[in-house]
Order: sequence, then C-alpha cells, then structure tokens
Amino acid sequence: MSAVLQNLVNQPYKHGFVTEIESDIAPKGLNEDIIRLISTKKNEPAWLLDFRLKAYEQWLKMEEPKWPNVKYPKIDFQAISYYSAPKPKKKLNSMDEVDPELLRTFEKLGVPMHERAALAGVAVDVIFDSVSVATTYKQKLAEVGIIFCSISEAVQMHPQLVKQYLGTVVPVGDNYYAALNSAVFTDGTFCFIPKGVKCPMDLSTYFRINTEESGQFERTLIIGEEGSSVSYLEGCTAPKFDTNQLHAAVVELVALDNADIKYSTVQNWYAGDENGLGGIYNFVTKRGLAKGVNSRISWTQVETGSAITWKYPSCILQGENSVGEFYSVAVTNHYQQADTGTKMIHIGKNTRSTIVSKGISAGHSNNSYRGLVRIAPTAAGARNYSQCDSMLIGDKCGAHTFPYIQVRNQQAKVEHEASTSKIGEDQLFYFAQRGIGSEEAVSMIINGFCKDVFQQLPMEFAVEATKLLEFKLEGSVG
Amino acid sequence: MIHEDSKALLEIRGLRATVNGIEILKGIDLTVRSGEVHAIMGTNGSGKSTLAKVLAGHNAYQVTGGSITFEGNNLFDLEPEERARAGLFLAFQYPIEIPGVSNSHFLRLAYNTVQAQHGKDELDPLEFEDFVREKMKLLDMNPDFLDRGVNEGFSGGEKKRNEILQMALLEPRLAILDETDSGLDIDALRIVTNGVNKLATKDNAIILVTHYQRMLNYIVPDFVHVMQAGRIIKTGGKELALDLETRGYDWVGAEYHAAAEA
Repeated sequence: MSAVLQNLVNQPYKHGFVTEIESDIAPKGLNEDIIRLISTKKNEPAWLLDFRLKAYEQWLKMEEPKWPNVKYPKIDFQAISYYSAPKPKKKLNSMDEVDPELLRTFEKLGVPMHERAALAGVAVDVIFDSVSVATTYKQKLAEVGIIFCSISEAVQMHPQLVKQYLGTVVPVGDNYYAALNSAVFTDGTFCFIPKGVKCPMDLSTYFRINTEESGQFERTLIIGEEGSSVSYLEGCTAPKFDTNQLHAAVVELVALDNADIKYSTVQNWYAGDENGLGGIYNFVTKRGLAKGVNSRISWTQVETGSAITWKYPSCILQGENSVGEFYSVAVTNHYQQADTGTKMIHIGKNTRSTIVSKGISAGHSNNSYRGLVRIAPTAAGARNYSQCDSMLIGDKCGAHTFPYIQVRNQQAKVEHEASTSKIGEDQLFYFAQRGIGSEEAVSMIINGFCKDVFQQLPMEFAVEATKLLEFKLEGSVG
Repeated sequence: MIHEDSKALLEIRGLRATVNGIEILKGIDLTVRSGEVHAIMGTNGSGKSTLAKVLAGHNAYQVTGGSITFEGNNLFDLEPEERARAGLFLAFQYPIEIPGVSNSHFLRLAYNTVQAQHGKDELDPLEFEDFVREKMKLLDMNPDFLDRGVNEGFSGGEKKRNEILQMALLEPRLAILDETDSGLDIDALRIVTNGVNKLATKDNAIILVTHYQRMLNYIVPDFVHVMQAGRIIKTGGKELALDLETRGYDWVGAEYHAAAEA
C-alpha cells in the first residue's frame, strides 16, 4: 500500500512548464517612473495614472500585514519586474491569429479554448501574464449589451464606466497588497451586465503566470446593473519555478438593485515542492458590494494551490434584503500555508449571509479559516449562518479557526458552527474491509466533506474541482 | 452446522501478533470449516478483537509468527481490501462514522467492488436501490438511512444493523462478527441475529466474538473457544457457553494452568 501512496505523493506538478514566448519586461523595481511607464505603455487616461500614483503614495506609508497565520521570508519588492507583456506579432482579430505556442500552452493546461467555447458555451477571456490575448464570444455577449473584455480595453473603450466603479469597493489604500495592485495592475477582466440582462452563459477567465519573477497584478471589475445576473468562473494554474512569485490581485464586484453576481474560483497555482521550496504567494483582495435592494453576491472558491494563500472574498451587504454567500474549500499539503475566509458586513436591513468553509490540511501544512461577521447598528433583522469544518490528514499539519463576530444590533441572529475531523487509519481500514482501496476511499471521504461547497460550483467546475482535490491529496494518507 | 465433507476455510497455526511492541496474540490455533459457526469468548483484553483485526489485516497489528491460510491461500499475501474481496468480512465492534459519504453510495461501491472481483455484473444506482431495499427488509431497516452519511449519527443498534446489512450485500465466505451483540437491545438483537442466521449457508462460515452467552441463544455455535492472555485455552460445544454464563471465566483459566503445570 505505502509504495503506491509514495508514488502518488511524489507526483510532480502537472502544469509545470515554461512557454517560450518573447516577453517585453520592465526593469526590476518599483518607483513612480515604473508606474508612469506602465500607464504610458497602456495608453491610459490621466485619471488612471493619478489613481495609480495615489495608491503608490499610500502603499509607501503602509506595512505588510503581520496578522495572518503564515510565515515567509520578507519580500523584496524592488526585485520584482512590474510589467511583462508577450510581444504581439500583429493585431489579433480572431483565435486563429493567436501565437500557436500560446495555444499549445492552453492545450497543455487542458483548456482547449475552441472546444471549451463551442461545447461548453463558455466565453473565455484569456489572460497570459498580464495582457489579454484573445476574447471569444464577445460578439454574442455584445448583442445583449454585455461588456466582457480586458480591463485595459475597457479603460480605452468604456472609460466612464471604469472610472465610475474602479476602487469604489476596494479603495486604493484598503490594504497593503490592494494598494500595490492599484499602483501597478497591468491587466485583468472587466465585465458589465446592463439593466435587466441575465447573462446567457457562464463567463470564464483562465489566468497564468508565465514569466519568472514577474509579479502578477490582476484587476477585475464586475458590475451587475439593476435586475441583472451573471456567473463568473476564474481558474488558475502556473508553471513551476523555484523562486517565489508574488500574486496580488484585486477583484471588485458591484451588484445594484436585484442584481445577482456569482463568482467561482478554482485555484491551482504552483504550491512549491514537497520540501516547501518555491510556489506562488497569493495575496488577494476580493470584495463584493451588494449595493442595491435584494441584490446577491455569492463567492465559491476551491483553493488548492499557492505556497501561501491570503485571501478573504467578502461581501458588503448595503442594500436592504441583500444576500452574501461564501462557500470555500481550501486544501493545503506539504508546506503550504493558507489563511483564508471571508468578511460579511451587514449594513442594510434584513440582510442575510451564509458562510460554509471546509479546510483540509495534509503533510506539514497549515490551514487557517479567518472570518468576520459584522452586524452594523442599521442592520435590523440581519441573519448570518457560519459553518467551519476542518479536516486533518496525518499528524504534522495544522487547522486553525479565527472567527470574529461583531453584533451591534439586537434584532440580528448569528449562528456559528465548527468541527474538526481527521481521516484516520480506522476510516481507511473500514473502507478496505469492504473491498475499497485507499485511493478511492480518500476521494470519497474528501468529496463527502466538501459536498456542500461543490454543489455550489457550476457543473464543469465541480468535476474539475473533484479531480483536482483527488490529485492534490492522493497519497497524503497512509 | 458441521458437515462431513466440509472444506477448511480458515486455518490459523501458531499465530502471534503485537501492537505497539506488546505481544497480544501468543500462539493461536484454529480451524474453521465451511458451514461452521464458531464463538470466541473471553474477558476484556484476552485478545479476541485483536484476532479479528489481524484476520482483516489492520496495519496497527504486527504479525510476529505463525500462519493463516484462507481458502488455501496465504492470507498475509493479501492487502486488507484484497482479503475483503476474497470473501473475508469483519462486522466491526465500533463501526466508524464517515460524514458526508452517503450510505447508499458507500454500500454500492463496496458491493460493486466485490461483484467485479467475481466477474459478476455491477449494479447502477437504480438497480442497486431495489436490491439493497430487499436486503434491508431482512433487518427491518428504515430506507431513509440510505441517504444518510455512513454511520453518521446512527444509534449503536443502527450501526450494528448496518454492519450486518453489508454482510448481506457482500455475501462473504467467512464473516467475523466482533461483539455485534453489544449495544443491542433485546428486539434489535433478535432482528440482527435472525438476519445472520438467514445468511448462514453450508458454504460459508461465521466467527462470533462475544463476551456473553445471550447472542448464542439466537445463533447457535458449533464450537465455543475461550481466549485468555492471547491463547485459546479451552474449546467445547455450545454447552460451554452456558457453563461460562453461570460460572464465569476464572475456572477455565485455573483448569488451563493446572493442566499446564501438571
């Protein structure tokens, strides 16, 4: 039994390869000149340069957060290159014109775009390092008035919309990494669903960090106007490197009256090797503003990658009767560290939130849930239900829960449940005694544990997530 | 039932086993033939449950000596799941809970794994549903429990019934029931033992591990073995269990030691 398991444990990261594409890389280091360079390269309007410079000014005065339950060597922000773009051979009008090497990369990642787009009906806005290369289905979406493009393009084509919403949910000085992102973000996704439009398909973006030592600073902005709805899928994977790579993304969601935004993530960035060498630092700020009455923001995440994850997709429930949801599976193995959770800020009356967090720790990893539920004095009738479950595999890993509950309204109702369990020898023996081998047993136990979250994922993502978890954890038991 | 022409299913010779370096089994000899029911009795710590777990292949126990053949094959060559597929079944004393894994999914996977082993057809979820419901009637079980997590929140009695349901599904050659009677009220005991009796054929065999004689009122053993300090110190017929019930275990030990010294 143990030889098979050893094999599985030592499976190399499947997506570890580097694509040879000429990159246009900025000199290392961060200063005003670099920010001006980024802004100039991207032909940005003055207000956006101001936005960046203001963020940079704030960032200089800030310190890296020390409170997360993670440990890593100090990051040298001057050793990072803040801009890298594949050199386009010419302007691209269709997928056929995309660099074949790039397409091969996606093939290796198992993201055949044509098939994906055609079979699954998913529009994929592909991010390669920091510049959007191709957007499919844009035309079809445009027919119903949906804007789905790179944020750089949105800055050029729809500057008023970007200006109106950018930084309204995550202000430039919100936190250390959000400030950094606001100063240097190079690209990302923009999505605008106009009044009354139900997006006819799931929108999807695949991210990929490709140039060694180039931090990636994605910026995503999704706006759902009155009565609109959209489901957005984000999937991530990165090639294998020995030096750590910083990723500090910002995602902002705005839901107006009766709007519904569902944001799903499967994150599988390189987590470092079995000795904890290398891997991505994933320091992400994700926040949704349920601004309008009856609006709803739902986060679902399956976090399996990165050496360090620092991420709290949150909801500000401002509109009356607005709803916030957070469904999370976070898996850590080897020497991975995750400090992840959510914030539910109840401001409006009768706002409701649900938190379901499932943490799985294996190897020498540490997995922390950190969540805040705040009921403001204005939030009469607010309700929250939180459920945080941890599962331990082996005896060298850690699971931690840090719930913060602040209730300032007498009529609010807050519930919190937590559990810790362990995949033990005895569970596996029980399966074995019924003829079921340990691989299948682990897979069943894990899927059972994560069921409440997987049910929230769009169908194809759910399948992917299940496989990913099996892949990440097979062999960690035994 | 003892038959003239029955084959030896299980042959244990000089079995020694340790857990955490402490020797628990100190030389066990036991032969079980098809069609037979054996009861293994003894006080707490005598090694009964260890024997059951060693047979099933639990890796917390190290076999340090002796041999076990199961249907002519060396049992030590088989991993626990291979032993199960070969028809060795253990009804656990404390069936473990597996939250979130639905009982029906678990039962079907176990059933299909064993079916596949014998080159028989596997059942899809709908076919299995019909099949398992029939088996559940045997144990007077509520169909609702198929949708629950494996043993999750089950009462002690429900867990034991679930074990016997699995026995009914997997139709093992050798079933070892480890204190299946403990935690059962008298009605549940009757239902469970009745279920076991219906599963007993001339081709399979049952080993009952128990403290008490009361289970043996329902499942009548062909042999009763008394374990003490890692050895079988006395073997008799069903009347031995009645003796133990009235006289306790001490006299068996005294008799054994007296014989050993003589």
